[in-house]
Order: sequence, then structure tokens, then C-alpha cells
Amino acid sequence: MSQDVESKVKAIIVDKLGVDEEEVTHDANFTNDLGADSLDTVELIMEFEKEFDISIPDEDAENIATVGNAVEYLQDKV
Amino acid sequence: MSDRRVVITGIGALTPVGKTAPDFWNGLISGKSGARPIEHFDTEDFPTKFAAQIEDYDELDYFDRKEARRLDKVCQYALIAAEEAIQDTGLDLEEVDRDRVAVIVGTGIGGMITFYDQSISFHEHGPRGVSPFFIPMLIPDMVAGQISIKYGFKGPNFCAVSACATGSHNIGLAYDSIKSGQCDMAVSGGSEAPVSRIGVAGFTSMRAMSNRNDDPQTASRPFDKNRDGFVLGEGSGILFLEEYEHAKQRGARIYGELIGYGFSADAHHITAPDPDGKGVILAINRALDAAGIEPEDIDHINMHGTSTPLGDIAETNSIKKVFGDHAYEINHNSTKSMTGHSLGAAGAMEALATMLATYHGIIPPTINYETPDPECDLDYTVNEAVVRDVKYALNNAFGFGGHNTTLVFKKFEE
Repeated sequence: MSQDVESKVKAIIVDKLGVDEEEVTHDANFTNDLGADSLDTVELIMEFEKEFDISIPDEDAENIATVGNAVEYLQDKV
Repeated sequence: MSDRRVVITGIGALTPVGKTAPDFWNGLISGKSGARPIEHFDTEDFPTKFAAQIEDYDELDYFDRKEARRLDKVCQYALIAAEEAIQDTGLDLEEVDRDRVAVIVGTGIGGMITFYDQSISFHEHGPRGVSPFFIPMLIPDMVAGQISIKYGFKGPNFCAVSACATGSHNIGLAYDSIKSGQCDMAVSGGSEAPVSRIGVAGFTSMRAMSNRNDDPQTASRPFDKNRDGFVLGEGSGILFLEEYEHAKQRGARIYGELIGYGFSADAHHITAPDPDGKGVILAINRALDAAGIEPEDIDHINMHGTSTPLGDIAETNSIKKVFGDHAYEINHNSTKSMTGHSLGAAGAMEALATMLATYHGIIPPTINYETPDPECDLDYTVNEAVVRDVKYALNNAFGFGGHNTTLVFKKFEE
């Protein structure tokens, strides 16, 4: 399951940010490393919500800045 | 307003008859139709099943995947035509004062396909199903915004919206911006991407479009007695305008000169033309006055000519009232017989065609003309291009809402 969450998260990031899979490392920061702007980040969060059928409150979303943050948060919730 | 002159030094086009400005022109003078069965969606339950479409359009030929997803087609088309026009000027963007370049490019509708897709997502997923890119992809002014962001042009930047007169209004306002000294150069024109399920449905409900499904290429037949409505089109046309001394100093190639315009309203009906054509007559007379020329000076008029039963007669009558006997000495035409009607891009594509007629001394034809209509009796340059020296040419564009525009182009002379 955890492997599943990680691969789904990475697939969403590759798709939405138009980056190569190799760039989507555990420590990659959406803004600094993957070229996301504020709207991109909002869209990512919304895609995670849709994919995993959960609701991510804004205060939690603010702390999801890296690929690792997202994977860990979602593994926890799903 | 001032003695600053405004010339055209770059052109770009992405149209159903050609995907670059030279291909667009070659398509026009060879009488090519861009109409064919709709490829963008399944038309089974639609009364009109065809449109004039850009041939083999693939957004990934022009943009990377992320860019393409963030740009409604209306912005994609404008960016593609603008890139061609800017390259065509020969300007070195590192050298040019980009604070002095305006971008005044419009769309009649905006991101219609985005609006449709996001409405469905909203319906299925509620408010949280709406993309943060919905609004920026939808708003019409983003066409001008995207071009300025790409090139760093910090001159006046906006879009005027006036349905099918949009392209012409934006070119006229760009001309004003240069004349008044707000800028020295301007990317101007229009773009539209309306060939979508909801767009086609809207126009078919109005009974405004041709239903000639068995022969799409002959459906757009302005001034022909058997015309039955317009053919929807898409794409973008861009003119790069430049103050004459600026262009001369850098030895730019000059295609033609824009010497004035006339704008007016019908104040009559939301979609039907005023049968007396008073608003159109006002626009043409204002344009001639602004340019400081007489009706007898005009060699060519690129008409709005949408191929609707009433519109073509009303425009013909207006021209006869302004020009009298000289109306029969003018070569008229309708670009829409080939490109279809691309709404907010139409005025820009046709301004480009009009200006190129002065440059090349060739007037493209009105194709599909078979049966004369006694109420449309001007010389519409039917079916074959005509070689004629064109010193002064007019370009008409009218929009739902009763907006009328006439631009005046002059063959360039020092």
C-alpha cells in the first residue's frame, strides 16, 4: 500500500508539473526544485485529494512542500 | 492625433487555410477552403457537423506538456501567431526597448473550452473540483497577458472585446497607442478557439450556421444566392505595428501602412444587422475622414461578408450608399469564404489579408460563388484572385452587439 501511495503521488507530480520522473526525488521541493508556482501547488493538493478521496485542510497543505512531505502525509491518511 | 505614422513590420497567422502568414496568403490567393468535418469532438447529435479548422493542430508541436495544459487553445493560437510576427520583424529582442512595446490582442469569447471543461468538473466534484487555473485560463485579456509575459513587453497591455469586431478594434487601439506616443511598437490582433461542443451548440441554436453537411468546403458562400449561414472558424492573426521613423531607422521591411479607422454602433439589435446600415455607413465614413481620403480613392474592400442571408445584403447596401457608382469600381471580397468565421480572430486575419493585398498587388477571391443574388450586385472578386495595384483598401468587421469597425490600409510609400 505504501509503495502504491508513493508511486501514485509521483505520477501526479510528473503529470501536473511536467517534470521527469528522475527529478521527483524524496527531498525535491515543489517550488524550489520542481518549478511549481503557487497555483501549481494548489492544484497538486487538489489532485491528491481527488486521487485518495480525502480532504486536506489548508493548515496541513501549508506543510506539504516536498515530495517526501506529501508521501508521508498521504500514507498516514490513507 | 499626431503626425506619427504606423506601419506593419511583422505578420503572423495560424488559420484553417495555412499555419503561417505566408501559407495563409498562399491559401487565400489559391482559393483554398479550410472547412471540413469537425475533428475536435463527436458531432453525431449536432445539426452542423463541420467547421473551418487548423489542419493537424498538435499543441505539443509548439508547447511542452505543462505549458500546453496551462494554456487554453485561445492563448495557444495567439502565442503561436505572435511568435511568428515577432520573429518576422527581424528585431533583436535583447536590443529593443521592450518597455515601448504594447500587446493589444483580443478574443471575442476567451477560454470557452476551459469554461466548459471546468463546469463539468464542478458539476461532478463540487467547488473543490475547480482548477486554480480555471480563471486565468478563462479570462479574455490573458491572450495579451501571456504574450507580454513571454517576451517581457511592458507597453500598454489589454484586450478589447467586441465579438466578431474584436480583432479590428484591437488593431485600431494599438494604432492609437503608437500615434499617441504611449509606445513605439505593438503586437496587435485577435485569437479564437470556439470549435467546441458548447460553442457549436450555441451557434446552431441561433440558426446562424450553415447546415451544408454534405459539402462543407462549399458551405461558406458569401453573396451567393444559396448561402445559408456562416461556417465557424478558429485561429489567430497578428500584425506587428511600428512607428514609421523607428522602423526606418533600423531598416525594417515594411509591409504596409495603417492610416486610420472608424468605429461605430448599430444601436439596433443584439445579433441582427440594421437593414439600413446606418452604423456601418458611419464607421466607413469615419474611417475615410480619419485617413483623409475620398471614397473614390478606394481600390479594394475586404468585407465582413459572413455568408448569412441578411448580413451580406445589409453590408452591400451600406457600401453602395457610401461609394455610389464608385462601389462598382472596387474589388470586394470575403476572406470568410475560405477561412470560415473565426469570431474574435476574424478581424485580425482579414486585416492581414487586406494589408497583404496592398503589399502584393493581388486581391484574393470570394470562393464558392455560383448563383447571383440580385440584392448583392457588387464585384466580389469571385472564385479567382485578381491582380490589381491597390493603393488604398478598407477592411470591415462587425460584431454581435452592433459593433462596427473599418480599418484603412495604404500601400507603403516613403
